[in-house]
Amino acid sequence: MTSYLIRRIGFILITLVLASIIIFSVTQFLPGDVAGIILGQFATETAIANLREELGLNQPLHIQYLSWAGGFIQGDWGNSLTSRMPIRPIVMERLGNSAMLAGMALLIYVPLGIILGVIAALKRDKLPDQLISGVSMAFVGLPEFVSGLLLITFLAIGLEWFPANSSISPDSTFREAFPYLVLPAITVSLTGLGYIARMTRSGTIDVLRTDYVRAADLKGLPAWQVLIKHVLRNSLLPTVTVVAMGIGWLLGGLIVTEAVYGYPGLGRLIVFSIQRQDLPMIQACSMIVVAVYSISNLIADILYGLLNPRIRVGE
Amino acid sequence: MTDTTGAIKRRESKSSAVLKAFKRLWRYPTTLIGFTLVFLFLVIALFGPTIAPYTYTQQNLVNKLQPPSEEHIFGTDQFGRDVYSRVLVGSRDVLSVAGAGTAVAVFLGLLLGLISAYRGGLFDELIMRFMDVILSIPPLLLAMVILFSLGPSRLNVILVVGFLYIPMVARVVRSVVLDLKTRQFVEAARLRGESSFYILYREIFPNVLPHLAVEASMRFSYSIFLVASLGFLGLGVQPPSPDWGLMVGEARTWFHQARWVLFFPAGAIALLVVAVGFMSDGLRRMLLPGGVSDA
Repeated sequence: MTSYLIRRIGFILITLVLASIIIFSVTQFLPGDVAGIILGQFATETAIANLREELGLNQPLHIQYLSWAGGFIQGDWGNSLTSRMPIRPIVMERLGNSAMLAGMALLIYVPLGIILGVIAALKRDKLPDQLISGVSMAFVGLPEFVSGLLLITFLAIGLEWFPANSSISPDSTFREAFPYLVLPAITVSLTGLGYIARMTRSGTIDVLRTDYVRAADLKGLPAWQVLIKHVLRNSLLPTVTVVAMGIGWLLGGLIVTEAVYGYPGLGRLIVFSIQRQDLPMIQACSMIVVAVYSISNLIADILYGLLNPRIRVGE
Repeated sequence: MTDTTGAIKRRESKSSAVLKAFKRLWRYPTTLIGFTLVFLFLVIALFGPTIAPYTYTQQNLVNKLQPPSEEHIFGTDQFGRDVYSRVLVGSRDVLSVAGAGTAVAVFLGLLLGLISAYRGGLFDELIMRFMDVILSIPPLLLAMVILFSLGPSRLNVILVVGFLYIPMVARVVRSVVLDLKTRQFVEAARLRGESSFYILYREIFPNVLPHLAVEASMRFSYSIFLVASLGFLGLGVQPPSPDWGLMVGEARTWFHQARWVLFFPAGAIALLVVAVGFMSDGLRRMLLPGGVSDA
């Protein structure tokens, strides 16, 4: 387990370095010049030249990359081009907001998806399965801006149960933010719900076919005991990985959902920075998203190892 | 002589396999719905501009934000443009951009997966590690950042979608090829002294095809999702294009006065996405019957 862990962490570090190179080099294709963007189109040649010098834009690319990456590791993420404020506190605050939203969504869709998936597997090819599979298929593919706008129409504008807009103050506490989080959380959940339900269904069907489940059934155990002790213990194991693999989707979903509701999370910050061409902010946000994604994958691997005796005892 | 009977026998078994596949198709109503709807969308994409009563750019500011009526069955938008015509013409945008992106991803992913798995060794290792790195960045984020740099245009959206989904296709192809490589018919071809190209093309590729078709249909539904989301965020195809995602994004401003401007393109996206999902699910059942339980 330990050597496995060390290998995984090493792999993630390499991935982060390579991803940072990708993010850094991709943003170099930008047609305009960063100094030109900051100063606007009426800036003089000398002003642009001075700012280029100040920002280190005249240095070779690899030096620029190293100083950017080095600064990032040391916690110096630079200043926003638009607000001139230090980037790190802003990103961290928004990250916290996105985490609140993501956490609430996970609490909704993981348990619900598992329950629906198990029901579909037990009633395989019968009406409940066809319904659950069909609906989850629809939800998996529905872009968040479509489902979000539908929810706003019916639950916020129609029934007036929830606020239609979640553009709250970025420093709100969870208690303050809660009523504004419900609709966005449901929106983010729909995609994940369908995904978890489908994966749980297929995992459970595989386990239901095994000999040990048949044996447990034939020796006369009550159905619920077979289900809990023999089926779920095995079929839910892959779900851990599935949840983690869905985090990438969740992060993408957050970007769109936050844009729909105007919720002040990391996603809206990214969209905003792209519209304002705030390069350092875009780079910092992207790195944080990649880091969160990698770490959640690592946690899933560790959990999987802990839960699966073949890996836990094997080494 | 034996050769011909073999060929006939193979043809027979092939046609009965197709028949069986179709029988499986009818067993699931969702599959049938999926295929029918996707076919309808393709027809609309082909003939949309001809059926449309107005052009998608034809403005009429006197008639702006009119609710659905006989002249404008989906109403009009903030410039008085006919929403029905725009939705019809927009189907071409969505299907062609997502379709071309998928085609790029499937073609390059197939090539990389085939070669990588067949050659193995360091080449395989390097390619796959690089794919892992691309997969470690959430697709929507990477697409946004790349489009921010390249500038949002139709061609760039296609290229980005194509690039992003190469790793997933390559992975699927690679795992299938790794399995096939050890089979006896491949071994036999190698012992016969066939070239690598012949083995890949004649022995391995036909067996990869069903997996590739299922994967392609799934990538297509992901591409529609991605293209629509990029359009919505204003980072995809640019105005005045009738891209559905873009239409929904623009309509948000007028949402409270004129819901139809938003509903029809949003509904079209929802319907298309569900249809493609059902279709790809059905394809999996038809082409890979062994792996029914695969999600």
